[in-house]
Amino acid sequence: MDKPASSTGVDFVHAAKEACVTAAITFAVLLPLIGFETVSNIDNKLVLHMRWGLLFSIVAIVGVGRLLMALVIAPWLAQRRMRPVAPATSSWLSAVGRWFGPFAVGFAIVYPILVLSTSGFSGALKWVDNFGIQILIYVMLGWGLNIVVGLAGLLDLGYVAFYAVGAYSYALLAKEFGFSFWILLPLAGILSSFWGILLGFPVLRLRGDYLAIVTLAFGEIIRLVLVNFVDLTNGYAGISSIPRPSFFGIPFNADDNGFAAVFGLPFTPVYRTIFLYYLILALCFLTAFVTVRLRRLPVGRAWEALREDEIACRSLGINTTNTKLTAFSIGAMFGGFAGSFFAARQGFISPESFTFLESATVLSIVVLGGMGSQIGVAVAAIFFIGGTEIMRDLDFLKQIFGSSFDPTQYRMLLFGFGMVIIMVFRPRGLVSTRSPSIFLKERKTISSDLVNEGHG
Amino acid sequence: MEVFIQQLINGITLGSIYGLIAIGYTMVFGIIGMVNFAHGDVFMVSAFVALIAFLFVTAWLGIASITVALLIVLIVAMLFTSLVNWVIERLAYRPLRGSFRLAPLISAIGMSIFLSNFVQVTQGPRNKAIPPIVRGEIILMDHNNYAVALSYKQLIIWGVTAVLLAAFWYLVAKTRLGRAQRACEQDQKMAALVGVNVDRTISMTFVIAAALAAVAGTMYLMYYGVVSFSDGFVPGVKAFTAAVLGGIGSLPGAVIGGLLIGLIETFWSAYFTIDYKDVAAFSVLAITLIFLPQGLFGRPDVEKV
Repeated sequence: MDKPASSTGVDFVHAAKEACVTAAITFAVLLPLIGFETVSNIDNKLVLHMRWGLLFSIVAIVGVGRLLMALVIAPWLAQRRMRPVAPATSSWLSAVGRWFGPFAVGFAIVYPILVLSTSGFSGALKWVDNFGIQILIYVMLGWGLNIVVGLAGLLDLGYVAFYAVGAYSYALLAKEFGFSFWILLPLAGILSSFWGILLGFPVLRLRGDYLAIVTLAFGEIIRLVLVNFVDLTNGYAGISSIPRPSFFGIPFNADDNGFAAVFGLPFTPVYRTIFLYYLILALCFLTAFVTVRLRRLPVGRAWEALREDEIACRSLGINTTNTKLTAFSIGAMFGGFAGSFFAARQGFISPESFTFLESATVLSIVVLGGMGSQIGVAVAAIFFIGGTEIMRDLDFLKQIFGSSFDPTQYRMLLFGFGMVIIMVFRPRGLVSTRSPSIFLKERKTISSDLVNEGHG
Repeated sequence: MEVFIQQLINGITLGSIYGLIAIGYTMVFGIIGMVNFAHGDVFMVSAFVALIAFLFVTAWLGIASITVALLIVLIVAMLFTSLVNWVIERLAYRPLRGSFRLAPLISAIGMSIFLSNFVQVTQGPRNKAIPPIVRGEIILMDHNNYAVALSYKQLIIWGVTAVLLAAFWYLVAKTRLGRAQRACEQDQKMAALVGVNVDRTISMTFVIAAALAAVAGTMYLMYYGVVSFSDGFVPGVKAFTAAVLGGIGSLPGAVIGGLLIGLIETFWSAYFTIDYKDVAAFSVLAITLIFLPQGLFGRPDVEKV
C-alpha cells in the first residue's frame, strides 16, 4: 500500500497532503457517530448532544499519526528492509521455541502455588479463577476446535453449540438424576460428539465458506432452542445451583466431612478453585495429548491430507465424509468436556453464555494462534482472554479519563480491533511455522505459507 | 384470507429490507469470493446515521416537511455509510487480498465485533426510539372486523426499494462501472490486463453495497422506529440467508431470496409460533445449503483441480 520513501529524502509536501486527506476522511467517518451523541432527555425523547472536542482530538491524533508515519516511520522501515537479516536471530528463536513448551507446562503447574504464596488467599481466588481457569477453558476450547479447523481444515463457526450441549447435559443430568461430575464428564463428551455427528453428517460435503455459515446457523438454532424450550432449559433465566464437582467424593464445603475438615485444614473457598484449576489443566493436557497422538494415527494423517487437497484424497480412496465426521465429532467431544466443566465451575448457566460471540472468540484464538499450532493457540488464548480480563480492572485509567470512564466497555471493542490488526499484519497467526507430521530423512520447519487451509 | 393478505403485505415489506441488504452480500461474494460478515453491522451503523440525521434535520434545522426530511436523511445515510464501508474495505480487507482464504473472513468477523461495540460505546447500549415519522394507512378490505391495512410506511418502503433496485440494475447492466464489475467477477487478472482498475472496482462494489444497506437501514428505522447497537447480527444473517437462497452471486436472486425470507418469517410468526421465527430463518439457510447449495438462480459450483 505505502510506497517506499525515495532515496533523495522525505517529501514534506506530499506527507502533509496525505495527512490532511487522512484527517478529512477520519472527520467525515466519525462525524455522525462521535460528533453527535443521542441522549434521552427528561421527556424520554431523544435529543442530540455535540462532542466537538472529542471528535477534533481524535481527528488531530489520526492526522498527526499519519504525518509521523510518512515522515519518520516509513523511511525507517524502508531502511530496515534494506539491511540484510542477521542469521543469529533464527537460531535464538528456535532455541526459545524448543524450550517454550516445557517451560509453559511447568509454569501452568506451579501457577496456583506461585499465586498463593505471593498474594495470599483472597488474591489467589481472583488470579486463579479469573485468569487461570478462564484462560484454560479457552485454551481447551481452542485446542478442541483446532482439531476441526487446524487439522482437518473444516471452518466451524458454531463450535459453541457443542460447548452448550456439554454444559446443559451436565447441568440437567446432575440436577435431575443426581449423577456425579465424574460420570457426567465423559457422558457430556459423548453426547456432544453425538450431536457433532448428527449436525455434521448432512453438511460436511459443503465447501469451506458455506460450511462455516451452516455451522453458524446450527449454533444459533441450538441457542434459540435453549432460549425458547422453557420447560426443559428454563429459557433466559437459565439453570442455577448446579451441583459442584467433588474431590473424588469429598465435597468442598464447610461441613465436617468437607474437604478442609477431612484434610485438617482451615476452610476457605480457595481449595475448590485450585482443584478446578488443576482439573481444567488436566483436561487441557488430555486434549493436547490426544491431538498429538491422533496426528500420528492414520486418521490424523488423513485429516491433514484432506486439509491440503480433498480431490487428491478422494482419488487415493480416503472416505472423505467419514474422515471429516471423525474430526468434527472429536472436536465436538472436547467442546462437550469443556462445557460440562464450565457448568460445574459456574454453578449457573444460561443461553447468554453460548452466543455467536463465543464461537467467534474461539475461532479467532485458533486462527490468530496460527492454525494447527498448539502453542500458538495457547499463546493467543492467554493474549486475548487474559487481555480482556485485565481490562476489567484498570482503575488507573479512571484517574486519567475521569470517573465516568468504564474500561470494561472497551474490552470487546479492542478485541474486534485486535482481530483485524493481527489479520492485517500477521495473517498467518502469531506462530507461523509448522513442524511437519511426516517427513523424509530430516524434520524441517516449514513456513505456514506452504500449508494449505481447507477447501473441505 | 384477510390474515393471509395482511401477512403478505408485512412479509413483502420485511423482505424488501432483507433483499436490499442481501444484494450487498451477493455482490461482494461475487466479486472477491468473500462472505462479508460485517455487512449486517454496516446496516446497523447506517440505521444509526439515519437516526442522527433525522434528529439533526428535524430538531436542529427545523424542517417540518416529512418528505424533504426523509429524503435528506436517506441521502445523508447513504453517503456516510458508503464512506464508512469504503474505509473498512481499504483498511481491513484490501491488505488481505491474495492472502489465504480464511483471513478476510476473520478480519470481517473482527470488524463486525468492532462496529457493534463502537456504536455501543459511542451511542450507549440502550434502544434508541423515535416517534413515528409517517402515520396513516389505507384500509384495503374490512371483513368480520378484521381490517387489512397497507400503511404509508409500507408503501414508501415498496416504492423506494423498487426505484433504487431499478437504478441499481441500470448501474450494473448498462454503465461502464457495471461492466467492469462483471468483468472482475469473471476473471480479475484478465480484467486487469484489458485495463480495468480492479482495486477501484472492488472499492466501488463495497460503496454500492453500503449505499443499499443504508437504504435498508433508513427504511428499518422508519418502519420500526427503534434501533440498537445489536441490531446488525440477526438481520445480517437473515439477509445472508436470502442471498444464499437466491443463489449467491446472482443479483435478482438476492432480491427474490430476500422477499422469500421475509415472507417465510412473517407467515411462520403468524401461523406457528413467533418464538421460533429466527429458527425458521436459520433452518431455511441450513436446508438450502444442504439440498440446493447453488440456490435458486446461482450457477452450480464446479470443482476444478
